[in-house]
Amino acid sequence: MFQAFKRPDKGFVFRKQLLLDFRRIGTDSLGIVVVTSVFMGAIIAIQMAYNIDSPFIPNTIIGFSTRQMMVLEIAPTFISMLLAGKVGSRIASEIGTMRITEQIDALRVMGVNPANYLILPKITAAMLYFPVLIIFSIFLGIVGGWISSIVTGIVPSAAYINGIRDWYDPFTVTFAMIKTVVFAFIITSVSAYKGYTVKGGSVEVGQASTDAVVQSSILIIFFDLILTQLLLT
Amino acid sequence: MIEVQHINKSFDGATVLEDINTSFERGKTNLIIGQSGSGKTVLMKCCIGLYDVDDGDILFDGREYAHLAEKKRQHIRQEMGVLFQGGALFDSFNVEENIMFPLNMFTDMSMKEKKERVNFVLENVNLAGTNNKFPSELSGGMLKRVAIARAISLIPKYLFADEPNSGLDPKTAERIDALLSDLTKKFNMTTVINTHDMNSVLEIGEKISFINKGKLWWEGDNQDVLKSDNQELNEFIFATSLTRRIKG
Repeated sequence: MFQAFKRPDKGFVFRKQLLLDFRRIGTDSLGIVVVTSVFMGAIIAIQMAYNIDSPFIPNTIIGFSTRQMMVLEIAPTFISMLLAGKVGSRIASEIGTMRITEQIDALRVMGVNPANYLILPKITAAMLYFPVLIIFSIFLGIVGGWISSIVTGIVPSAAYINGIRDWYDPFTVTFAMIKTVVFAFIITSVSAYKGYTVKGGSVEVGQASTDAVVQSSILIIFFDLILTQLLLT
Repeated sequence: MIEVQHINKSFDGATVLEDINTSFERGKTNLIIGQSGSGKTVLMKCCIGLYDVDDGDILFDGREYAHLAEKKRQHIRQEMGVLFQGGALFDSFNVEENIMFPLNMFTDMSMKEKKERVNFVLENVNLAGTNNKFPSELSGGMLKRVAIARAISLIPKYLFADEPNSGLDPKTAERIDALLSDLTKKFNMTTVINTHDMNSVLEIGEKISFINKGKLWWEGDNQDVLKSDNQELNEFIFATSLTRRIKG
């Protein structure tokens, strides 16, 4: 795996792969991020309103809580776990299939460093593109909460908007971005490793794909705890 | 010329190759024959450097290869073309991109030159005009020919083919044999082919090495192979009723 982090042999080949992986890893994930984020924001707003039903708590808290949850946890962690399922399984099965069909051997005997050629662009693409997806997810989650507030009438639009503007600390977004970049690295490196080291046939590729998702998800939760403890306390 | 000098290879204590000592000559189709599990694929993978040998050495035109570090092997590897059993074409690339891949990695050719080379090798394997097809759109025989085209795109000195006829009908298999033989002559390559196809043995076996139970049992050419009194070789050659009928 350490071979993956060497300088690419040909810059333009790396850039071509990187652009391809931006599309496969990033752009192709937009649909699921949009749908999930809007619904998560809406659900959070409704649940907040349901749980904080007291005349002593201002209704702006619903907008505030939706924003905070989207920024601190739902977008960076929940969406990353979703991406671990979508992107991680794709990377593990793609590289695993290349392994069992001798495509990786073909790269090696051509004199190409296969780990570097296959893995580095994927890790780079994820670490650059996932923060964009997460920013997008935060925005859509907040919009989803606002739409649900209007549609269900749980809180007036003005109160929700005031709430999302209250007590804003820019570091929360920085924290979300740090987590996202770490999770992007975990998802792509674990999945690529699982695929790259496959031995056997289609059953083993399927197993590697499952292992990649499970292990990435566990590591995401683990590092979520560590980063939260390190950066927010 | 490729010289294989007394190589041994074992996996988890089980000996797979034992004291193999042979050579593969330039401008000839050199065949490694033997039953499934005899060790011929391991021998080829040792030659191309996918497996490290335990002892012995492999020389490419006098240059040591087997014990070189991975990075130092690159220079010789760029002089090799390898045809894998399943073709090993990159699924996400079309035919042109597959063939262009080694050119992108190891040459400074302009795009025009690369396209000319792609068309040249495609014409050589009788697949002109298939540039934009993807591997999933090709038949088994076409896949093998595209893989050959990719393997010869850098006009290599050494061409290795692992069971190029497996899974092909007899007529297509014959065409692949003829193609490999023609390309060997045309580009004066040292071609090494793993096979257990008797038609290949008789048609293009200019030098034949028979491997059995990890040992080299017999060497010769397609003129001698039917006349040998080597018992193990005869058991392999005349294993089918068709070849026994030919023998009469």
